[in-house]
Amino acid sequence: MDNSLLAPGHRACAGCAMPTTIRLVLDAAGPNTIVVSPTGCLEVTTTPFPESAWCVPWLHSLFENQSAVASGVEVMLKRRGKDTNVVIIGGDGSTFDIGMGSNSGMFERGHKILYVCYDNEAYMNTGVQRSGSTPFCVHTTTTPSGSQSQGNPRPKKDMPAIALAHKVPYVATASVAYPVDLRRKVKRALEINGPSYLQVNAPCITGWTFDAGTMIELARLAVESGLWPLLEYENGKLVGVKKIRRPKPVEEYLKLQGRYKHLFKKTECADMLSQIKDMAEDNMARYGLVD
Amino acid sequence: MSNNTANMKVVEGSYAIAHAVMCCRPDVISAYPITPQTHIVENLSQMVANGELDSEFLTVDSEFSALSVLVGVCAAGGRGYSSTTSQGLALMYEVLYNVSGLRMPLVMNVANRAMGAPLNIWNDQQDSIGARDVGWIQIYAENVQEAVDATLQAYKIAEDRDIRTPVMVCMDGFVLTHVYEPVELLDKEKAREFLPDFKPEHILDPARPMTFGAFADPSTYTEFRYQQFEAQLKALPKIEEVARQFEESFGRYYGGLIDGYFLDDAEIVIVTLGSVVGTVKDAIDAMRSEGKKVGLLKIRSYRPFPVQALRKALKDAAVIAVMEKDVAIGGEAGLVTDLKAAFYSSSIRTPIIGFAAGLGGRDITIKDIRKIVEKAEAARKGDLSEFEFLALRKEIL
Repeated sequence: MDNSLLAPGHRACAGCAMPTTIRLVLDAAGPNTIVVSPTGCLEVTTTPFPESAWCVPWLHSLFENQSAVASGVEVMLKRRGKDTNVVIIGGDGSTFDIGMGSNSGMFERGHKILYVCYDNEAYMNTGVQRSGSTPFCVHTTTTPSGSQSQGNPRPKKDMPAIALAHKVPYVATASVAYPVDLRRKVKRALEINGPSYLQVNAPCITGWTFDAGTMIELARLAVESGLWPLLEYENGKLVGVKKIRRPKPVEEYLKLQGRYKHLFKKTECADMLSQIKDMAEDNMARYGLVD
Repeated sequence: MSNNTANMKVVEGSYAIAHAVMCCRPDVISAYPITPQTHIVENLSQMVANGELDSEFLTVDSEFSALSVLVGVCAAGGRGYSSTTSQGLALMYEVLYNVSGLRMPLVMNVANRAMGAPLNIWNDQQDSIGARDVGWIQIYAENVQEAVDATLQAYKIAEDRDIRTPVMVCMDGFVLTHVYEPVELLDKEKAREFLPDFKPEHILDPARPMTFGAFADPSTYTEFRYQQFEAQLKALPKIEEVARQFEESFGRYYGGLIDGYFLDDAEIVIVTLGSVVGTVKDAIDAMRSEGKKVGLLKIRSYRPFPVQALRKALKDAAVIAVMEKDVAIGGEAGLVTDLKAAFYSSSIRTPIIGFAAGLGGRDITIKDIRKIVEKAEAARKGDLSEFEFLALRKEIL
């Protein structure tokens, strides 16, 4: 990726899935693209003034207004007759939680914008606090495990379903571990004449705590365990499901991560583990992940 | 102020503002409804629907999004417009700082209204005075005509390359937004000559990729803030210059930064802003006929605060009485505090007394203004009063 539109020299952690994800997205979108990003790891690691890693026009305003800002960009480009891709790239905190109001507005108004969420399942930029995207039982700094706690007590918010409820014509999930699939989905989304939402599983080394060399393997295990199904919806219909050839037990995925460590130390967590297994099995059955 | 009465029309204030906005040719209007701003944006929607105004009108999910949309519009090279009030302005608060920090020359009419709790939809100026430090220029209008004219002037000031600072045109909610009064609507062609198309030097363009909204660490942040501060200082002569240019084109002028009424020989000067100026002028007429040397200083530009102009205009006053529709709870109020600060670093030692009045839409009467003058006369004799709430109904406390 020597010609990547995200230049090397950015300040993301070694082993972070985010820059790899962004490079894949930009690679598929090409140079005729304007990116809008909310506040987050992506913003702070790529744009310390007077430096910038962005080789496409890039705009950051606030933590929760990316969808409104991008709406303004899109309306103005349309007014000028410009056929330029408008892509939002933001983390799960701004996507699932604080930006929900303006995300909903953008989806509902039907702007031709691709929204890419690099989903690392917590507020990583501020030090691993729980977000609405944090999965069940995950240890974060605001849902720590302890004698009275097994980590996050709630399941992950179903953001793709929220996008679908807005009749967003293209909604998909992807993973940094499946680059061909990810690139194809970006290209397909950009062909859609309306909003699209792409949620990419992007492991965070400091928040999930894993060995830097295992990032891709970990992301692949999320898919192979059934916890992160790769799905594709067009006009509300499920049109694509990535089949799992060799399903893996959820423990294989969970055990590689510090954020689930407590589940394997405490005997009372057996019930929690079985609930996570149920979630994976439910996904497999619901989406027909395994032939 | 001279008006060509042949072109005068009796219209609602909000219609007059919408018409002025039309003459400013915004690319995108983005707004969220809130009383008493609604008639402005309803009129604009209708103008777009009728094809009279070639703008995109975005109906958004909140005031927060309304202003955020315009960040994108501006970065993509467009002229943006919004209008709000009160709680809506408060919901925009984070974006207000962002817009000025990004040096985006947006213009917004603020239909001044009280802040809750308790909920109150009527006029005071707590909303915009409370937002005095967000980096926007603030111009206050006395009547609908001034609000109309200030709206066109605002874009010219905001978009000036040396200024590049957003402007709020503040007009009292209901009192000016819902009043029907004779107004000379702007001539579209003259407005176009006065305000050329917006041509920013830096825009989002794949042919010339640029990064907007990078973060600044302690080694550069201060200089960004200083540049904003400096731009507002440069706006002081620019506001005056634009007011004079407007006079040349349209024949109307009512002060650039400040204006006066019986100011030259006034011993007691009432300093205020907004639509109450008209009432104060009536009170002064009555008191002058009784031989009282009372005058008025109207603040047109509250941000930038015209320190030098105020010192010059008020240096001969015996007592200055500030009346304003806002309170800085725990302190005094915005204007009186700023005025005291402006004078303390000069050699002027005129007594300054302050009053909160007209909160939440309560009428300010000529009797109230006479009360202020009585207090000012006492202050002149050495009986200086502390900041107080005018016409406080002590019986219901």
